[in-house]
Amino acid sequence: MGVVTFIAKRIALYFAVLFIGLSITFALPRFMPVNPIDGYIGELQSRASATIAPEGLAELRKSLEELYGLQGSVFEQYLAYMKRVVIDFDFGPSYTYFPHPVSSMLAEALPWTMGLLMTATVIAWCLGNTVGLVAGYFYKKRAASILEFVGILLYPIPYYILAISVLMIFAYIFPIFPLSATFPVGALTLDKAGTILFNSLLPGLALVLAGFGWNILSMKALAIATSEEPYVTFARLKGTTHRTRMIRYVFRNALLPQVTALALSLGVIFNGALLTEIIFSYPGIGLIMRQAASGGDYNVLYGAITVSIIAVATAGLLIDLAYPLLDPRIRHK
Amino acid sequence: MAEIGETATSIPVPAARSSERRRESILWLLTPRLIIGLTILLVMGGGSMILPVFAPVDPSFQGSYTRNLPPSFDHLLGTTALGQDIFWYLVYSIRNSLILGIVVAVGVTVIATTVGLSAGFVGGNFERFVMLIVDTIITIPLLPVLIILGALIRGNTSFLAVGFIIIIFGWAWDARTVRSMALSLREREFINMARFSGANTPQIILREVFPYVSAYILVGFINVILFAINTEAALAVIGLSKVEVPTLGSVIFWALNFNALFTGHYAWMIAPIVATVTLFLGLFLTSTGFNAAFATKRGVQ
Repeated sequence: MGVVTFIAKRIALYFAVLFIGLSITFALPRFMPVNPIDGYIGELQSRASATIAPEGLAELRKSLEELYGLQGSVFEQYLAYMKRVVIDFDFGPSYTYFPHPVSSMLAEALPWTMGLLMTATVIAWCLGNTVGLVAGYFYKKRAASILEFVGILLYPIPYYILAISVLMIFAYIFPIFPLSATFPVGALTLDKAGTILFNSLLPGLALVLAGFGWNILSMKALAIATSEEPYVTFARLKGTTHRTRMIRYVFRNALLPQVTALALSLGVIFNGALLTEIIFSYPGIGLIMRQAASGGDYNVLYGAITVSIIAVATAGLLIDLAYPLLDPRIRHK
Repeated sequence: MAEIGETATSIPVPAARSSERRRESILWLLTPRLIIGLTILLVMGGGSMILPVFAPVDPSFQGSYTRNLPPSFDHLLGTTALGQDIFWYLVYSIRNSLILGIVVAVGVTVIATTVGLSAGFVGGNFERFVMLIVDTIITIPLLPVLIILGALIRGNTSFLAVGFIIIIFGWAWDARTVRSMALSLREREFINMARFSGANTPQIILREVFPYVSAYILVGFINVILFAINTEAALAVIGLSKVEVPTLGSVIFWALNFNALFTGHYAWMIAPIVATVTLFLGLFLTSTGFNAAFATKRGVQ
């Protein structure tokens, strides 16, 4: 019964989060003092050196409003927006690549983002937790404080600095990787896959380094606290080896808060992934957003943020749903 | 006997907070980690607040000097491709970033403490509703939101408006922490004692809980400064903040924009990176140093 309640509550929270998130996305531009349509029309006017007739302008405004879903009262717009996003998954056409639909642009970019993000997160999480576990379990040894030092040095470095430094070191000082990487599109051949993999190593490295430091520090603190627990002492007195105690007693228990923390920090990790894509010109959601931002392509921007919210919320849901598998206390309640 | 005497003195007696005891506990705070952190903060913070008085010209103006000068005695780190002195630009950057960080931290701390404490102590449907909002804001990735706002505003805004937006989307994490502290405090004896003595919820929060959580709030405050500087800088590096204002991010934005490395302009690129890493290390060491020291004082570790 415990598991069913847990899952039901979590799924309800998921839908609530999605609903509120999408509502905020809807409200955000409407609270802004600037109107993108005015901006767009002004830009067109100045490009045409104010030769567009007023009737033409009115017609333009009407069709733009239609395209953006800005007709009717705010409530009608809201309903139409929700229907379009939730049921049809339609964000209208892109402006820069008219009439290419936004949803297909995002569908092309999403696998890139998710592939890089998931690989890097899994590697950073496993590596950081292993190092943190060893550093925490043997915290009285000198080597442990060196491991922690790595974490302290890495963790506070802002992500963009890490990314730029990695790029500088491995593409400029030691020219192993290309400075502006190319990611071939189209049908996947073995050759292309090799290029993509090779060029993804650098952005991946930056992401792994970023997640690594935090995992070391947090796991170390947890492992120290856990290894002082009476059941670990009992296991020692029972004659178990260091290995058994470290993995089956300390790690097993310190794992749970780390999983929760991972689920909670997904948003931050996602931010890092977007920055990575922009800095390394990796063809994911982040690069699309950056280009759309400078081109004033609002449909693409709203599509991208909606997909981002759904992706992060879903990943969090999946991690939390896996939680009862790890924590028997929820299963047997 | 000696053992009994020792246990007796180690019981914390809140009434015995004489000034002597407090001085002793402040010395206790100074771990090596905290000393390094505070020194970095004092040098960088103090330097960036005082030095601008002596600046020959406002470095955000372009073309004050000859372009692309190498480092020399007149221009310690050389000049940019826009004719700005890199050293002074960096000093202003650190100052502006720190001011932004502190403004955001004040805003976030006030909101997070109010929301977190009230949610933890009022409980019931109010708490459920507040936590739903908090969880949602945590789930929404901040960067896409900031990119959209940046695209909408398109530079037609003041630098502090960026800080305001960071406050709106940045308070949720801290509110969560404060609330979980409030939840554990709610069950403590001294809170019940105050309640039975007739204190109402606002009084309890203000007089009993707030002193208890103030140490955490200080640590959280420093962490928010880190977060705010980081967020604004990340936004500036990709060109979506107010890049005309010198900040730790806009320095790097301009250096990247003018390909500082290819033109052999190492100081322009490396100096801000070194400054940022040092400042962040200082903030981080201060916050974890305080945290560890408070934990020792409370007898947690």
